[in-house]
Amino acid sequence: MSGVEYLSPGSVAEAVRALQVDGARVMAGGTDLLVQMRIGRTKPKLVVDLKRIPGIAGIREEDGAFIIGAAASGAALGEHEALRKAWPGIVEAANLIGSTQIQGRASLGGNLCNASPAADSVPALIAAGATCVIVGPNGEREVPVEAIQVGPGKTTLANGEVLLAFRLPKRAAHTGDAYLRLIPRTEMDIAVVGAGVCVTLDASGKCIAARVSVGAVAPTALLVEAAGAALVGSSLDDAALTNLEAAVAAAARPISDKRGTAEYRTKVAAVLARRAALIARDRAQKDGAKA
Amino acid sequence: MSDGNQPPASLKVVGTRPIRPDGVDKVTGRAQFGADFHLPGMLTGRIKRSPHAHARIVKIDISAAEKRPGVKAVVTGADLDVGAGGDIEAGEHAAAMKDVAANCLASGKVFYQGHAVAAVAATSPEIAAEALDLIEVTYEVLPHVVDVDEAMAPGAPVLHDDMFTKGVTPKPTKASNVAQKHVMGRGDVAGAFAAAEVVVEGRYTTAAVHQGYIEPHACVAAWGADGQSTIWCSSQGQFLVRAMTARILNLPLSDIKVIPAEIGGGFGGKTTVYLEPVALALSRKCGRPVKLVMSREEVFLASGPTSGSSMDIRLAATKDGKITAAEMTLRYQAGAFAGSPVNLGCMTAFACYDVENLALVGYDVVSNRPKVAAYRAPGAPMAAFAVESAIDDLARKLKMDPIDLRILNAVKDGAKTVYGATVRYSAFIETLEAVKAHPHYKAKLGPGQARGVAAGFWFNIGGESSAAVHVDEDGGATVVSSNPDIGGSRASMAMMAAETLGLPIERVRCTVADTTSIGFSGSTGGSRVTFATGMAVVEAAQKVVADLRRRAAQTWECDIAHVEWKDGVATCLDPSKDAKPLSLKALAGKSAKTGGPIAAEVSLNAQGAAAGYGVHVCDLEIDPETGRTTILRYTAAQDVGRAIHPAYVEGQLQGGAAQGVGWALNEEYVYNSNGLLDNASFLDYRMPVASDLPMIDTILVEAKPNPRHPYGAKGVGEVPIVPPLAAVANAISAIVGQRMTSLPLSPAKVLAAMGGG
Ligand SMILES: Cc1cc2nc3c(=O)[nH]c(=O)nc-3n(C[C@H](O)[C@H](O)[C@H](O)COP(=O)(O)OP(=O)(O)OC[C@H]3O[C@@H](n4cnc5c(N)ncnc54)[C@H](O)[C@@H]3O)c2cc1C
Repeated sequence: MSGVEYLSPGSVAEAVRALQVDGARVMAGGTDLLVQMRIGRTKPKLVVDLKRIPGIAGIREEDGAFIIGAAASGAALGEHEALRKAWPGIVEAANLIGSTQIQGRASLGGNLCNASPAADSVPALIAAGATCVIVGPNGEREVPVEAIQVGPGKTTLANGEVLLAFRLPKRAAHTGDAYLRLIPRTEMDIAVVGAGVCVTLDASGKCIAARVSVGAVAPTALLVEAAGAALVGSSLDDAALTNLEAAVAAAARPISDKRGTAEYRTKVAAVLARRAALIARDRAQKDGAKA
Repeated sequence: MSDGNQPPASLKVVGTRPIRPDGVDKVTGRAQFGADFHLPGMLTGRIKRSPHAHARIVKIDISAAEKRPGVKAVVTGADLDVGAGGDIEAGEHAAAMKDVAANCLASGKVFYQGHAVAAVAATSPEIAAEALDLIEVTYEVLPHVVDVDEAMAPGAPVLHDDMFTKGVTPKPTKASNVAQKHVMGRGDVAGAFAAAEVVVEGRYTTAAVHQGYIEPHACVAAWGADGQSTIWCSSQGQFLVRAMTARILNLPLSDIKVIPAEIGGGFGGKTTVYLEPVALALSRKCGRPVKLVMSREEVFLASGPTSGSSMDIRLAATKDGKITAAEMTLRYQAGAFAGSPVNLGCMTAFACYDVENLALVGYDVVSNRPKVAAYRAPGAPMAAFAVESAIDDLARKLKMDPIDLRILNAVKDGAKTVYGATVRYSAFIETLEAVKAHPHYKAKLGPGQARGVAAGFWFNIGGESSAAVHVDEDGGATVVSSNPDIGGSRASMAMMAAETLGLPIERVRCTVADTTSIGFSGSTGGSRVTFATGMAVVEAAQKVVADLRRRAAQTWECDIAHVEWKDGVATCLDPSKDAKPLSLKALAGKSAKTGGPIAAEVSLNAQGAAAGYGVHVCDLEIDPETGRTTILRYTAAQDVGRAIHPAYVEGQLQGGAAQGVGWALNEEYVYNSNGLLDNASFLDYRMPVASDLPMIDTILVEAKPNPRHPYGAKGVGEVPIVPPLAAVANAISAIVGQRMTSLPLSPAKVLAAMGGG
């Protein structure tokens, strides 16, 4: 790690300027970046630490919508009562990352921009329909989360662009989300498969909207539109869930590696998607009961 | 939890649970581990390792590295001088020093990815890293083999062209990967099988697993200007490090002083050397102290593990469940050099059972993996996995309770083992009965849950140890131990000294000495320290007591026979004297006037280590859609002789069970098609984390204190890793509905067996 410079800008403009330098890298919590630097996988010349930029590590609620700073830690998300209530799936996904120590640092922005196919919070964010607020030398833009990752370690962020925040729309009534992952152990492990589901019911309990996203079964987290469509119009009965499973299995195109075989991942992706859908439905029903 | 046996009332300290003296420093990070030493002018060492599984070293060009400013020394295999080689006794195995040297720095060939080929010492870590890149090694890559059965197959790439299988006559004419064939047995096996009413059989495999100690190997070596060198390192034996380093660099033993650091776990894996001779060779070349510290990746690539195995087993029995014969073939991976613990696998396989007719064949097989190192009860867990699975098959076939079946076949004192020893002081049957009576064994299982039972055996060893007891002028005492404290031995040494001297435990401290400050000792291994070094401590304390009595007699001018020593106080039994009792404190305060300092050192070769037996019970359930296993309840029972410090004995049982569960469920070395390790990190080498396990309940069976130890101690550290593999697998097999024969039982494998995958 010789010859690395460190900068901790106090404004977005300063950060964007600093990132024009060749070999500059953004750092939020550093729980991916520092590990990669240590093993020599990446050798930045300049590390630009975002955490001093006002608001980037915070969480705001605006008329029922949430703006989550890209560098907000997993611990901060877990402690945010309102967010936890509104989007339990996102918070439980974020809180699965690492251990207590890692939770104090790890951010949603880092989880997404590190672009691991197995990143836990990404399927949950995609299922919830979150968008990304991005600034760069050419100004600001906003895109859905699923538009960021393009492959392992690769994103659509241009040189000098910084992810500032995630925006979660005001949640529709009777909506619930959930995230589940399979790891052989109980913690400190990387998802063999992950599945995030968000469903919205009508007053009668019929599903009127659903988004399903699975992780670790393709080069990026996948938004499986056919799986969501399989639920819409149903009360998440067995037939609908069978269709959801079939859609997930059809969309999955995993590799076989040390963490699991392709066959196993495909099977379990379908299982987890079904289980997450049922949890999301229960939450949506409870949401209705309270409303 | 204990089984309720109370230590004799006469014991005041032994059997209690004082807080271990090294505990606070270890949990607060103040303890000095191997990597914590710094010396003025110290250099950073780094090791250049092979990127290939198997290759001939055509050329090593170190000239560019040597020219790099800041690089002070570069060494290769040519800098080691192991002379005639020979073996060094390393506790539970003998180490062939030529191989140990070639494992420290390759000579001629590399045998596995990560095999050390050269080392540098430089003024900074960055320069050391650069220097590694400047060393140019030209390889001729050779075909490789990592699987034990493939390594034995005709046509397999042969690692060592001078390896002709030992133990077969006539000597083979062709070199092979089978280093040695071990044959053991007795009786008429064929006849017993012909007459058998029931036969069970199976083929079993286990994966290579790493000891997984928290602390990576680390040392500092300083070559002295007068030729006297010092090594600070974390190991299981300072004397072993001294002996191996001296042999590998062809130095006299007295020219090397080894100072043991605190050790962050070893489990057998630190009973050899990887770094110390290399660091000292570097220091010798440049005259400055050199530190070498492995990364976790290096630990996985180039240290440990224990053998993966493949085994065939057949049992013959009567329809009442009496096992009449057993036949077993064991094939163990040795890694790059000869020396798997397959002979120990053969010896322990049926050590729990009284089987009249036995035929065991073991093969020690090299392949392109790191050389195996000892791991808790080396060789026994794999063999027990096959044996205890087969016995579970038998119990199911005969619809017998698995504990009753084991009681029926259990060894009793007086029985002969297949390796010739006579069973003594054994409490295997008592241990089985303790489990049967335990609430766990009687508890009802929920739907979809199953219970597995398995047993295990380990010899435990004694051997050479030294210890000293010093009485301080203020009436306290210091114990000087010759063994690194891995499992709380400072506490148990101090307790045994306190008991013997009649002092409260708070007045006795224990320290671990370097190689120049105490007599020789074997390593902390083989579950020997509480037994053997403890015996030396007690004998030294007894000598001190004899000396104290002599001094009291001198003070009172009475016959020593009239001086009684009890609870740390000398009392005069001579009715003609009106002498007030003299406490240890009073005698210590006057030591200058009664003959000088009060101290004793004892060196001995402890005999009479008694074997231990364990029985484990595991309840678990499996997610039928993912194949993932959850351990619900776990109880480990063990014949422990007498527990000196029961809490640390329980800790040994719990730790062994946890490691065994990892071995059963998820741990394995994953190699790709190029023979390169795919999971050299704790992320993808999956040891259990705390939340993976329930609290492990323990039953300490103290029915048979070892009469050969002053306080009845038996070794306890290794037995508990022997039963868990089969305890877990037997429960999983019950749920799956078929015998699970291949470890680890990872979710994908279990799901496939359940028909879901
Ligand atoms: C012990 C351990 C356990 C872990 N367990 C898990 C787990 O269970 N699940 C899981 O998904 N991950 C896990 N991780 C990985 C890691 O913790 C997560 O991916 C985490 O969310 C990364 O966040 P961070 O803030 O630390 O990212 P950083 O390391 O700071 O950054 C990661 C990458 O994203 C880029 N980046 C960060 N923020 C921005 C931004 N705002 N704009 C543009 N680019 C940005 C960085 O340049 C870098 O390339 C684990 C890591 C460790 C060390």
